[in-house]
Amino acid sequence: MIEWLVEPFTFGFMQTALASTLVASVTCAVLSCWLVLIGWSLMGDAVSHAVLPGVVLAYVVGAPFALGALVFGVLAVVLIGVVRDTGRVKEDASIGIVFTTLFALGLVLVSVTPSQTDLTHIIFGNLLGVSPADLVQIVVLGAVVLVVLLLKRRDLVLYAFDRVHAHAIGLDVRLLSALLLGLLALTCVVALQAVGVVLVVAMLIIPGATAHLLTERFTRMLVLAPALAAACGVLGLYLSYHLDTTPGPMVVLAQGAVFAVVYLASPRNGLVGRRLAAVRRRRRLAAV
Amino acid sequence: MTTPAVEVDALTVHYDDVLALDDVTLRLAPGRVCGLIGMNGAGKSTLMKAVLGAVRPDRGTVRLHGLTPARARRSNVVGYMPQSEAVDWDFPLSVRDVVMTGRYGHLGFTRRPRRRDRDAVDAALDRVGLADLADRQIGRLSGGQRKRTFLARGIAQEARVLLLDEPFAGVDTTSEATITGLLRELAADGVTVLVSTHDLHALPELADEVVLLRRRVLRHGPPAEVLAPETLALAFGLDDSAGSGGAPSDGFRTALRQAQGAGIGEAHDDGSVR
Repeated sequence: MIEWLVEPFTFGFMQTALASTLVASVTCAVLSCWLVLIGWSLMGDAVSHAVLPGVVLAYVVGAPFALGALVFGVLAVVLIGVVRDTGRVKEDASIGIVFTTLFALGLVLVSVTPSQTDLTHIIFGNLLGVSPADLVQIVVLGAVVLVVLLLKRRDLVLYAFDRVHAHAIGLDVRLLSALLLGLLALTCVVALQAVGVVLVVAMLIIPGATAHLLTERFTRMLVLAPALAAACGVLGLYLSYHLDTTPGPMVVLAQGAVFAVVYLASPRNGLVGRRLAAVRRRRRLAAV
Repeated sequence: MTTPAVEVDALTVHYDDVLALDDVTLRLAPGRVCGLIGMNGAGKSTLMKAVLGAVRPDRGTVRLHGLTPARARRSNVVGYMPQSEAVDWDFPLSVRDVVMTGRYGHLGFTRRPRRRDRDAVDAALDRVGLADLADRQIGRLSGGQRKRTFLARGIAQEARVLLLDEPFAGVDTTSEATITGLLRELAADGVTVLVSTHDLHALPELADEVVLLRRRVLRHGPPAEVLAPETLALAFGLDDSAGSGGAPSDGFRTALRQAQGAGIGEAHDDGSVR
Protein backbone atom coordinates (compact mmCIF):
# COMPACT_ATOMS: atom_id res chain seq x y z
CA MET A 1 0.00 0.00 0.00
CA ILE A 2 2.73 2.43 1.03
CA GLU A 3 4.58 1.58 -2.13
CA TRP A 4 1.40 2.28 -4.10
CA LEU A 5 1.35 5.74 -2.58
CA VAL A 6 5.06 6.57 -2.63
CA GLU A 7 6.32 5.05 -5.86
CA PRO A 8 4.69 7.47 -8.35
CA PHE A 9 6.27 10.51 -6.77
CA THR A 10 9.79 9.15 -6.83
CA PHE A 11 9.82 10.38 -10.41
CA GLY A 12 10.63 14.01 -11.07
CA PHE A 13 8.05 14.40 -13.83
CA MET A 14 5.35 13.13 -11.45
CA GLN A 15 6.40 15.66 -8.81
CA THR A 16 6.09 18.47 -11.36
CA ALA A 17 2.76 17.05 -12.48
CA LEU A 18 1.52 16.98 -8.89
CA ALA A 19 2.60 20.56 -8.24
CA SER A 20 0.97 21.89 -11.41
CA THR A 21 -2.19 19.85 -10.81
CA LEU A 22 -2.54 21.22 -7.30
CA VAL A 23 -2.01 24.84 -8.35
CA ALA A 24 -4.38 24.54 -11.31
CA SER A 25 -7.07 22.69 -9.33
CA VAL A 26 -7.01 25.11 -6.42
CA THR A 27 -7.01 28.24 -8.60
CA CYS A 28 -9.85 26.96 -10.77
CA ALA A 29 -11.82 25.77 -7.74
CA VAL A 30 -11.65 29.11 -5.93
CA LEU A 31 -12.77 30.97 -9.05
CA SER A 32 -15.51 28.38 -9.66
CA CYS A 33 -17.27 29.46 -6.45
CA TRP A 34 -18.14 32.78 -8.11
CA LEU A 35 -18.75 31.39 -11.59
CA VAL A 36 -21.42 28.90 -10.50
CA LEU A 37 -23.21 31.49 -8.35
CA ILE A 38 -23.27 34.16 -11.06
CA GLY A 39 -24.34 31.59 -13.64
CA TRP A 40 -21.24 32.03 -15.73
CA SER A 41 -20.50 28.36 -16.42
CA LEU A 42 -21.03 28.87 -20.14
CA MET A 43 -18.87 31.98 -19.99
CA GLY A 44 -16.11 29.85 -18.43
CA ASP A 45 -16.49 27.39 -21.28
CA ALA A 46 -16.35 30.21 -23.81
CA VAL A 47 -13.32 32.03 -22.46
CA SER A 48 -11.34 28.83 -21.89
CA HIS A 49 -11.80 27.84 -25.55
CA ALA A 50 -11.41 31.34 -26.95
CA VAL A 51 -7.93 31.82 -25.46
CA LEU A 52 -6.47 29.15 -27.75
CA PRO A 53 -5.61 31.41 -30.73
CA GLY A 54 -4.07 33.90 -28.30
CA VAL A 55 -1.87 31.24 -26.77
CA VAL A 56 -0.78 29.97 -30.20
CA LEU A 57 0.04 33.48 -31.44
CA ALA A 58 1.95 34.18 -28.22
CA TYR A 59 3.92 30.97 -28.84
CA VAL A 60 4.71 32.04 -32.40
CA VAL A 61 5.99 35.51 -31.47
CA GLY A 62 7.61 34.33 -28.25
CA ALA A 63 5.40 36.36 -25.91
CA PRO A 64 4.09 35.04 -22.58
CA PHE A 65 1.06 32.74 -23.01
CA ALA A 66 -0.78 34.76 -20.38
CA LEU A 67 -0.67 37.89 -22.53
CA GLY A 68 -2.10 36.15 -25.59
CA ALA A 69 -4.76 34.46 -23.47
CA LEU A 70 -5.77 37.73 -21.85
CA VAL A 71 -6.07 39.54 -25.19
CA PHE A 72 -8.25 36.81 -26.71
CA GLY A 73 -10.24 36.29 -23.54
CA VAL A 74 -11.17 39.97 -23.55
CA LEU A 75 -11.78 39.89 -27.32
CA ALA A 76 -14.16 36.95 -26.86
CA VAL A 77 -16.14 38.75 -24.15
CA VAL A 78 -16.38 41.94 -26.21
CA LEU A 79 -17.49 40.02 -29.31
CA ILE A 80 -20.10 38.09 -27.31
CA GLY A 81 -21.48 41.41 -26.08
CA VAL A 82 -21.55 42.90 -29.59
CA VAL A 83 -23.31 39.89 -31.14
CA ARG A 84 -25.82 39.66 -28.27
CA ASP A 85 -26.68 43.35 -28.43
CA THR A 86 -27.74 43.10 -32.06
CA GLY A 87 -31.05 41.95 -30.62
CA ARG A 88 -31.99 38.90 -32.68
CA VAL A 89 -29.27 36.65 -31.29
CA LYS A 90 -29.82 35.39 -27.73
CA GLU A 91 -26.94 35.34 -25.27
CA ASP A 92 -26.29 31.59 -25.30
CA ALA A 93 -26.24 31.60 -29.10
CA SER A 94 -23.84 34.54 -29.21
CA ILE A 95 -21.53 32.79 -26.73
CA GLY A 96 -21.68 29.63 -28.83
CA ILE A 97 -20.93 31.44 -32.07
CA VAL A 98 -18.01 33.45 -30.76
CA PHE A 99 -16.14 30.83 -28.79
CA THR A 100 -16.41 28.03 -31.32
CA THR A 101 -15.19 30.36 -34.08
CA LEU A 102 -12.21 31.52 -32.01
CA PHE A 103 -11.47 27.92 -30.99
CA ALA A 104 -11.54 26.87 -34.64
CA LEU A 105 -9.17 29.74 -35.45
CA GLY A 106 -6.88 28.40 -32.74
CA LEU A 107 -6.97 24.89 -34.19
CA VAL A 108 -6.16 26.25 -37.66
CA LEU A 109 -3.25 28.24 -36.24
CA VAL A 110 -1.98 25.13 -34.48
CA SER A 111 -2.09 23.18 -37.75
CA VAL A 112 0.02 25.74 -39.61
CA THR A 113 2.52 26.37 -36.82
CA PRO A 114 5.75 24.36 -36.95
CA SER A 115 6.64 22.34 -33.85
CA GLN A 116 3.08 21.26 -33.24
CA THR A 117 3.82 18.95 -30.34
CA ASP A 118 3.84 21.70 -27.71
CA LEU A 119 0.60 23.16 -29.00
CA THR A 120 -1.49 20.00 -29.11
CA HIS A 121 -0.66 19.74 -25.42
CA ILE A 122 -2.54 22.98 -24.91
CA ILE A 123 -5.68 21.47 -26.37
CA PHE A 124 -5.69 18.23 -24.42
CA GLY A 125 -3.24 19.02 -21.66
CA ASN A 126 -0.02 17.23 -20.89
CA LEU A 127 0.63 17.04 -17.19
CA LEU A 128 3.62 14.77 -17.61
CA GLY A 129 5.34 17.20 -19.98
CA VAL A 130 5.32 20.30 -17.76
CA SER A 131 8.77 21.87 -17.82
CA PRO A 132 10.27 23.72 -14.83
CA ALA A 133 9.74 27.02 -16.69
CA ASP A 134 6.09 26.11 -17.29
CA LEU A 135 5.69 25.31 -13.62
CA VAL A 136 7.07 28.70 -12.61
CA GLN A 137 4.55 30.40 -14.88
CA ILE A 138 1.70 28.29 -13.52
CA VAL A 139 2.62 29.04 -9.91
CA VAL A 140 3.08 32.79 -10.47
CA LEU A 141 -0.19 33.21 -12.39
CA GLY A 142 -2.07 31.02 -9.93
CA ALA A 143 -0.77 33.07 -7.03
CA VAL A 144 -1.73 36.36 -8.72
CA VAL A 145 -5.26 35.12 -9.40
CA LEU A 146 -5.72 33.77 -5.87
CA VAL A 147 -4.41 36.92 -4.17
CA VAL A 148 -6.67 39.20 -6.22
CA LEU A 149 -9.70 36.95 -5.68
CA LEU A 150 -9.17 36.81 -1.94
CA LEU A 151 -8.51 40.55 -1.54
CA LYS A 152 -11.60 41.51 -3.55
CA ARG A 153 -13.75 38.56 -2.47
CA ARG A 154 -16.37 40.66 -0.70
CA ASP A 155 -16.91 42.98 -3.66
CA LEU A 156 -17.05 40.02 -6.02
CA VAL A 157 -19.59 38.22 -3.84
CA LEU A 158 -21.72 41.34 -3.78
CA TYR A 159 -21.38 41.59 -7.56
CA ALA A 160 -22.58 38.00 -7.86
CA PHE A 161 -25.44 38.49 -5.41
CA ASP A 162 -26.87 41.94 -6.06
CA ARG A 163 -25.47 44.13 -8.81
CA VAL A 164 -28.02 46.87 -8.31
CA HIS A 165 -27.04 47.32 -4.68
CA ALA A 166 -23.36 47.19 -5.63
CA HIS A 167 -24.07 49.99 -8.09
CA ALA A 168 -26.17 51.90 -5.53
CA ILE A 169 -23.31 52.07 -3.03
CA GLY A 170 -20.92 53.42 -5.63
CA LEU A 171 -19.04 50.29 -6.73
CA ASP A 172 -18.03 50.12 -10.38
CA VAL A 173 -20.03 47.10 -11.48
CA ARG A 174 -18.52 46.98 -14.98
CA LEU A 175 -15.02 47.09 -13.52
CA LEU A 176 -15.81 44.16 -11.22
CA SER A 177 -17.21 42.22 -14.15
CA ALA A 178 -14.09 42.97 -16.21
CA LEU A 179 -11.87 41.97 -13.29
CA LEU A 180 -13.59 38.63 -12.95
CA LEU A 181 -13.36 37.94 -16.70
CA GLY A 182 -9.68 38.90 -16.73
CA LEU A 183 -9.02 36.52 -13.84
CA LEU A 184 -10.96 33.86 -15.74
CA ALA A 185 -8.66 34.26 -18.77
CA LEU A 186 -5.53 34.03 -16.58
CA THR A 187 -6.92 30.99 -14.79
CA CYS A 188 -7.40 29.28 -18.15
CA VAL A 189 -3.67 29.69 -18.80
CA VAL A 190 -2.90 28.18 -15.39
CA ALA A 191 -5.00 25.12 -16.19
CA LEU A 192 -4.14 24.72 -19.88
CA GLN A 193 -1.19 22.42 -19.40
CA ALA A 194 -2.90 20.41 -16.72
CA VAL A 195 -6.13 19.46 -18.45
CA GLY A 196 -6.06 21.37 -21.73
CA VAL A 197 -8.44 23.90 -23.27
CA VAL A 198 -11.19 21.34 -23.74
CA LEU A 199 -11.49 20.28 -20.10
CA VAL A 200 -10.61 23.49 -18.25
CA VAL A 201 -14.29 24.27 -17.96
CA ALA A 202 -14.83 21.14 -15.83
CA MET A 203 -12.41 22.43 -13.23
CA LEU A 204 -14.09 25.84 -13.43
CA ILE A 205 -17.53 24.48 -12.59
CA ILE A 206 -17.49 21.15 -10.76
CA PRO A 207 -15.70 22.15 -7.51
CA GLY A 208 -17.90 25.20 -6.91
CA ALA A 209 -21.09 23.32 -7.75
CA THR A 210 -20.07 20.47 -5.43
CA ALA A 211 -19.22 22.83 -2.58
CA HIS A 212 -22.53 24.66 -3.00
CA LEU A 213 -24.35 21.37 -2.39
CA LEU A 214 -22.46 20.94 0.87
CA THR A 215 -22.77 24.34 2.54
CA GLU A 216 -24.91 27.45 2.81
CA ARG A 217 -21.99 29.78 3.56
CA PHE A 218 -19.86 31.31 0.84
CA THR A 219 -16.79 31.42 3.08
CA ARG A 220 -17.07 27.66 3.57
CA MET A 221 -17.45 27.16 -0.18
CA LEU A 222 -14.14 28.99 -0.58
CA VAL A 223 -12.49 26.35 1.61
CA LEU A 224 -14.41 23.26 0.51
CA ALA A 225 -14.11 23.77 -3.25
CA PRO A 226 -10.28 23.99 -3.38
CA ALA A 227 -9.91 21.24 -0.77
CA LEU A 228 -12.07 18.88 -2.82
CA ALA A 229 -10.33 19.87 -6.04
CA ALA A 230 -6.88 19.29 -4.54
CA ALA A 231 -7.93 15.88 -3.24
CA CYS A 232 -9.31 15.01 -6.69
CA GLY A 233 -6.05 16.18 -8.25
CA VAL A 234 -4.02 13.80 -6.09
CA LEU A 235 -6.49 10.95 -6.53
CA GLY A 236 -6.59 11.47 -10.30
CA LEU A 237 -2.81 11.36 -10.57
CA TYR A 238 -2.55 8.15 -8.53
CA LEU A 239 -5.21 6.45 -10.59
CA SER A 240 -3.66 7.62 -13.84
CA TYR A 241 -0.23 6.32 -12.78
CA HIS A 242 -1.43 2.92 -11.61
CA LEU A 243 -4.03 2.37 -14.31
CA ASP A 244 -1.71 3.84 -16.93
CA THR A 245 -4.28 6.34 -18.22
CA THR A 246 -3.94 9.98 -19.25
CA PRO A 247 -3.69 12.17 -16.12
CA GLY A 248 -5.60 15.40 -16.87
CA PRO A 249 -8.91 13.77 -17.80
CA MET A 250 -8.44 11.39 -14.85
CA VAL A 251 -8.40 14.40 -12.51
CA VAL A 252 -11.62 15.67 -14.09
CA LEU A 253 -13.18 12.20 -13.78
CA ALA A 254 -12.32 12.21 -10.08
CA GLN A 255 -14.04 15.60 -9.69
CA GLY A 256 -17.10 14.31 -11.53
CA ALA A 257 -17.22 11.21 -9.34
CA VAL A 258 -17.01 13.28 -6.15
CA PHE A 259 -19.79 15.53 -7.43
CA ALA A 260 -21.93 12.45 -8.10
CA VAL A 261 -21.36 11.14 -4.57
CA VAL A 262 -22.19 14.52 -3.03
CA TYR A 263 -25.20 14.94 -5.29
CA LEU A 264 -26.59 11.62 -4.08
CA ALA A 265 -25.53 11.74 -0.45
CA SER A 266 -25.31 15.35 0.73
CA PRO A 267 -27.46 15.55 3.87
CA ARG A 268 -29.51 18.61 2.91
CA ASN A 269 -29.43 18.92 -0.84
CA GLY A 270 -28.57 15.37 -1.89
CA LEU A 271 -31.02 13.23 -3.82
CA VAL A 272 -31.09 10.53 -1.13
CA GLY A 273 -31.43 13.02 1.72
CA ARG A 274 -34.32 14.81 0.04
CA ARG A 275 -36.13 11.52 -0.71
CA LEU A 276 -35.70 10.39 2.91
CA ALA A 277 -36.99 13.71 4.20
CA ALA A 278 -40.04 13.37 1.94
CA VAL A 279 -40.69 9.85 3.23
CA ARG A 280 -40.39 11.04 6.84
CA ARG A 281 -42.79 13.89 6.16
CA ARG A 282 -45.36 11.51 4.67
CA ARG A 283 -45.00 9.13 7.64
CA ARG A 284 -45.48 11.99 10.06
CA LEU A 285 -48.60 13.09 8.22
CA ALA A 286 -49.90 9.51 8.10
CA ALA A 287 -49.35 9.14 11.84
CA VAL A 288 -51.42 12.23 12.66
CA MET B 1 -36.82 76.29 0.88
CA THR B 2 -34.85 73.15 1.80
CA THR B 3 -33.18 71.06 -0.90
CA PRO B 4 -35.53 68.25 -2.01
CA ALA B 5 -34.39 64.73 -1.09
CA VAL B 6 -35.40 63.49 -4.51
CA GLU B 7 -35.58 65.80 -7.49
CA VAL B 8 -36.47 64.35 -10.87
CA ASP B 9 -36.72 66.85 -13.67
CA ALA B 10 -38.19 66.22 -17.13
CA LEU B 11 -36.88 62.66 -17.20
CA THR B 12 -37.34 60.65 -20.40
CA VAL B 13 -36.07 57.08 -20.78
CA HIS B 14 -36.23 54.74 -23.78
CA TYR B 15 -35.41 51.03 -23.91
CA ASP B 16 -34.46 50.65 -27.56
CA ASP B 17 -37.63 51.89 -29.29
CA VAL B 18 -39.91 51.57 -26.28
CA LEU B 19 -40.70 54.70 -24.33
CA ALA B 20 -40.48 53.80 -20.63
CA LEU B 21 -40.65 57.23 -18.98
CA ASP B 22 -41.95 60.38 -20.62
CA ASP B 23 -41.08 63.77 -19.19
CA VAL B 24 -41.34 62.74 -15.52
CA THR B 25 -40.94 65.51 -12.98
CA LEU B 26 -41.10 64.73 -9.29
CA ARG B 27 -39.98 66.36 -6.06
CA LEU B 28 -39.93 64.72 -2.64
CA ALA B 29 -39.10 66.57 0.56
CA PRO B 30 -36.87 64.88 3.16
CA GLY B 31 -38.63 62.54 5.57
CA ARG B 32 -41.60 61.82 3.29
CA VAL B 33 -42.94 58.39 2.38
CA CYS B 34 -44.12 58.31 -1.22
CA GLY B 35 -46.07 55.42 -2.76
CA LEU B 36 -45.46 54.77 -6.44
CA ILE B 37 -48.35 53.03 -8.19
CA GLY B 38 -49.24 52.10 -11.73
CA MET B 39 -49.74 49.06 -13.95
CA ASN B 40 -46.97 46.64 -14.78
CA GLY B 41 -44.89 48.36 -17.42
CA ALA B 42 -45.94 51.82 -16.23
CA GLY B 43 -42.29 52.61 -15.52
CA LYS B 44 -42.11 52.19 -11.73
CA SER B 45 -38.95 50.09 -11.77
CA THR B 46 -37.44 52.22 -14.50
CA LEU B 47 -38.01 55.36 -12.44
CA MET B 48 -36.27 53.75 -9.47
CA LYS B 49 -33.36 52.63 -11.62
CA ALA B 50 -33.09 56.12 -13.07
CA VAL B 51 -32.97 57.60 -9.57
CA LEU B 52 -30.15 55.15 -8.82
CA GLY B 53 -28.45 56.14 -12.06
CA ALA B 54 -28.64 52.52 -13.26
CA VAL B 55 -30.39 53.46 -16.51
CA ARG B 56 -29.22 56.31 -18.67
CA PRO B 57 -31.95 58.86 -19.40
CA ASP B 58 -32.37 60.35 -22.86
CA ARG B 59 -33.28 63.66 -21.31
CA GLY B 60 -33.77 65.14 -17.89
CA THR B 61 -31.86 65.14 -14.63
CA VAL B 62 -31.96 63.46 -11.24
CA ARG B 63 -30.64 64.99 -8.02
CA LEU B 64 -30.58 63.38 -4.58
CA HIS B 65 -30.14 65.91 -1.77
CA GLY B 66 -28.70 68.16 -4.45
CA LEU B 67 -26.13 65.57 -5.61
CA THR B 68 -25.88 63.86 -9.00
CA PRO B 69 -26.75 60.15 -8.81
CA ALA B 70 -23.05 59.23 -9.14
CA ARG B 71 -22.01 61.46 -6.22
CA ALA B 72 -25.04 60.37 -4.20
CA ARG B 73 -24.06 56.72 -4.66
CA ARG B 74 -20.52 57.34 -3.51
CA SER B 75 -21.80 59.19 -0.44
CA ASN B 76 -24.15 56.35 0.57
CA VAL B 77 -27.17 58.58 0.13
CA VAL B 78 -29.32 55.99 -1.58
CA GLY B 79 -30.35 52.47 -0.57
CA TYR B 80 -32.29 49.96 -2.63
CA MET B 81 -34.52 46.97 -1.84
CA PRO B 82 -34.90 44.64 -4.85
CA GLN B 83 -38.05 42.80 -5.86
CA SER B 84 -38.10 39.24 -4.52
CA GLU B 85 -37.94 37.80 -8.03
CA ALA B 86 -34.66 39.61 -8.62
CA VAL B 87 -32.93 37.86 -5.72
CA ASP B 88 -31.19 34.46 -5.85
CA TRP B 89 -32.51 33.03 -2.56
CA ASP B 90 -30.24 29.96 -2.82
CA PHE B 91 -27.19 32.19 -2.63
CA PRO B 92 -24.96 30.98 0.21
CA LEU B 93 -25.23 34.06 2.41
CA SER B 94 -26.71 34.52 5.88
CA VAL B 95 -29.05 37.32 6.92
CA ARG B 96 -26.12 39.00 8.66
CA ASP B 97 -23.92 38.70 5.52
CA VAL B 98 -26.56 40.44 3.42
CA VAL B 99 -27.08 43.24 5.94
CA MET B 100 -23.31 43.72 6.14
CA THR B 101 -23.20 44.47 2.40
CA GLY B 102 -25.05 47.66 3.36
CA ARG B 103 -21.85 48.79 5.11
CA TYR B 104 -19.55 48.20 2.11
CA GLY B 105 -19.79 51.78 0.93
CA HIS B 106 -18.35 52.84 4.29
CA LEU B 107 -15.48 50.35 4.13
CA GLY B 108 -12.00 50.26 2.61
CA PHE B 109 -10.42 48.37 -0.27
CA THR B 110 -11.07 44.82 0.97
CA ARG B 111 -14.36 45.75 2.76
CA ARG B 112 -13.12 44.22 5.99
CA PRO B 113 -15.73 45.14 8.61
CA ARG B 114 -14.67 46.99 11.77
CA ARG B 115 -16.27 46.95 15.18
CA ARG B 116 -18.41 49.95 14.27
CA ASP B 117 -19.81 48.15 11.21
CA ARG B 118 -20.65 44.99 13.15
CA ASP B 119 -22.45 47.15 15.70
CA ALA B 120 -24.41 48.93 12.97
CA VAL B 121 -25.44 45.56 11.52
CA ASP B 122 -26.52 44.23 14.91
CA ALA B 123 -28.50 47.39 15.59
CA ALA B 124 -30.23 47.15 12.20
CA LEU B 125 -31.07 43.47 12.76
CA ASP B 126 -32.50 44.33 16.18
CA ARG B 127 -34.57 47.10 14.73
CA VAL B 128 -36.25 44.88 12.13
CA GLY B 129 -36.62 42.01 14.64
CA LEU B 130 -34.27 39.55 12.90
CA ALA B 131 -31.52 39.32 15.54
CA ASP B 132 -32.48 35.71 16.31
CA LEU B 133 -32.30 34.70 12.66
CA ALA B 134 -29.05 36.52 11.85
CA ASP B 135 -27.13 33.37 10.97
CA ARG B 136 -29.85 31.77 8.88
CA GLN B 137 -29.35 31.33 5.13
CA ILE B 138 -31.61 33.84 3.36
CA GLY B 139 -33.60 31.19 1.48
CA ARG B 140 -34.79 29.75 4.79
CA LEU B 141 -36.78 32.86 5.67
CA SER B 142 -40.46 33.66 5.26
CA GLY B 143 -41.53 36.28 2.72
CA GLY B 144 -41.79 39.01 5.36
CA GLN B 145 -38.45 38.11 6.93
CA ARG B 146 -36.80 38.30 3.52
CA LYS B 147 -38.10 41.82 3.00
CA ARG B 148 -37.02 42.85 6.49
CA THR B 149 -33.51 41.54 5.76
CA PHE B 150 -33.17 43.99 2.87
CA LEU B 151 -34.75 46.77 4.91
CA ALA B 152 -32.11 46.11 7.59
CA ARG B 153 -29.47 46.44 4.89
CA GLY B 154 -30.76 49.92 4.02
CA ILE B 155 -30.79 50.86 7.72
CA ALA B 156 -27.23 49.59 8.23
CA GLN B 157 -26.20 51.56 5.16
CA GLU B 158 -27.54 54.73 6.81
CA ALA B 159 -29.08 55.70 3.49
CA ARG B 160 -31.02 58.96 3.46
CA VAL B 161 -33.16 57.93 0.49
CA LEU B 162 -34.59 54.40 0.37
CA LEU B 163 -36.03 52.95 -2.83
CA LEU B 164 -38.19 49.88 -2.22
CA ASP B 165 -39.42 47.82 -5.16
CA GLU B 166 -42.61 45.94 -4.18
CA PRO B 167 -41.83 45.51 -0.46
CA PHE B 168 -45.25 43.97 0.24
CA ALA B 169 -45.33 41.31 -2.48
CA GLY B 170 -45.57 37.85 -0.92
CA VAL B 171 -45.74 39.26 2.58
CA ASP B 172 -48.37 38.33 5.20
CA THR B 173 -50.41 41.05 6.93
CA THR B 174 -48.44 40.92 10.19
CA SER B 175 -45.13 41.47 8.40
CA GLU B 176 -46.75 44.12 6.26
CA ALA B 177 -47.76 46.05 9.40
CA THR B 178 -44.23 45.63 10.80
CA ILE B 179 -42.63 46.93 7.61
CA THR B 180 -45.09 49.84 7.43
CA GLY B 181 -44.27 50.75 11.04
CA LEU B 182 -40.52 50.58 10.34
CA LEU B 183 -40.81 52.79 7.27
CA ARG B 184 -42.82 55.38 9.25
CA GLU B 185 -40.13 55.34 11.95
CA LEU B 186 -37.38 55.83 9.37
CA ALA B 187 -39.31 58.71 7.83
CA ALA B 188 -39.63 60.29 11.29
CA ASP B 189 -35.81 60.11 11.44
CA GLY B 190 -35.64 62.07 8.20
CA VAL B 191 -35.20 59.22 5.72
CA THR B 192 -37.08 59.71 2.45
CA VAL B 193 -38.82 56.55 1.23
CA LEU B 194 -40.03 55.82 -2.29
CA VAL B 195 -42.12 52.61 -2.38
CA SER B 196 -43.47 51.00 -5.52
CA THR B 197 -46.45 48.79 -4.76
CA HIS B 198 -49.55 47.10 -6.10
CA ASP B 199 -50.90 46.98 -2.58
CA LEU B 200 -53.22 49.98 -2.66
CA HIS B 201 -54.98 49.38 0.65
CA ALA B 202 -51.68 49.70 2.55
CA LEU B 203 -51.05 53.16 1.16
CA PRO B 204 -53.24 55.45 3.31
CA GLU B 205 -51.45 54.21 6.42
CA LEU B 206 -47.99 54.08 4.87
CA ALA B 207 -47.63 57.00 2.54
CA ASP B 208 -47.70 60.77 2.93
CA GLU B 209 -48.14 61.12 -0.79
CA VAL B 210 -48.80 58.90 -3.79
CA VAL B 211 -47.57 59.14 -7.36
CA LEU B 212 -49.70 57.52 -10.06
CA LEU B 213 -47.40 56.67 -12.92
CA ARG B 214 -48.13 55.68 -16.47
CA ARG B 215 -44.93 56.63 -18.23
CA ARG B 216 -45.85 60.13 -17.16
CA VAL B 217 -46.87 61.28 -13.72
CA LEU B 218 -50.67 61.21 -13.98
CA ARG B 219 -51.33 62.34 -10.41
CA HIS B 220 -49.20 63.26 -7.43
CA GLY B 221 -50.89 64.09 -4.13
CA PRO B 222 -52.19 62.80 -0.81
CA PRO B 223 -53.28 59.13 -0.80
CA ALA B 224 -56.99 59.90 -0.47
CA GLU B 225 -56.90 62.07 -3.55
CA VAL B 226 -54.80 59.86 -5.82
CA LEU B 227 -56.56 56.65 -4.75
CA ALA B 228 -60.01 58.00 -5.61
CA PRO B 229 -61.76 55.58 -8.00
CA GLU B 230 -61.99 58.00 -10.89
CA THR B 231 -58.27 58.69 -10.67
CA LEU B 232 -57.41 55.00 -10.55
CA ALA B 233 -59.49 54.41 -13.65
CA LEU B 234 -56.98 56.60 -15.45
CA ALA B 235 -54.10 54.28 -14.60
CA PHE B 236 -56.24 51.27 -15.23
CA GLY B 237 -56.30 52.01 -18.91
CA LEU B 238 -60.04 52.71 -19.25
CA ASP B 239 -59.33 56.21 -20.33
CA ASP B 240 -56.89 55.84 -23.16
CA SER B 241 -56.04 59.49 -23.48
CA ALA B 242 -52.74 58.79 -21.74
CA GLY B 243 -51.69 56.96 -24.87
CA SER B 244 -51.10 53.46 -23.52
CA GLY B 245 -52.57 50.37 -25.15
CA GLY B 246 -52.82 46.89 -23.73
CA ALA B 247 -54.99 45.18 -21.15
CA PRO B 248 -54.70 46.03 -17.48
CA SER B 249 -52.33 43.71 -15.67
CA ASP B 250 -53.53 40.98 -13.36
CA GLY B 251 -51.47 42.49 -10.58
CA PHE B 252 -53.35 45.70 -10.86
CA ARG B 253 -56.74 43.96 -10.98
CA THR B 254 -55.81 42.20 -7.74
CA ALA B 255 -54.70 45.46 -6.25
CA LEU B 256 -57.97 47.07 -7.17
CA ARG B 257 -59.85 44.20 -5.61
CA GLN B 258 -57.87 44.83 -2.44
CA ALA B 259 -58.64 48.50 -2.69
CA GLN B 260 -62.29 47.53 -2.96
CA GLY B 261 -61.90 45.65 0.32
CA ALA B 262 -60.44 48.77 1.86
CA GLY B 263 -63.37 50.78 0.57
CA ILE B 264 -61.30 52.83 -1.84
CA GLY B 265 -62.63 51.81 -5.19
CA GLU B 266 -64.87 49.12 -6.58
CA ALA B 267 -63.38 46.80 -9.15
CA HIS B 268 -65.47 44.48 -11.26
CA ASP B 269 -64.50 41.32 -13.03
CA ASP B 270 -64.76 42.97 -16.40
CA GLY B 271 -61.96 45.24 -15.30
CA SER B 272 -64.05 48.34 -14.89
CA VAL B 273 -63.95 50.48 -11.81
CA ARG B 274 -67.04 52.11 -10.48
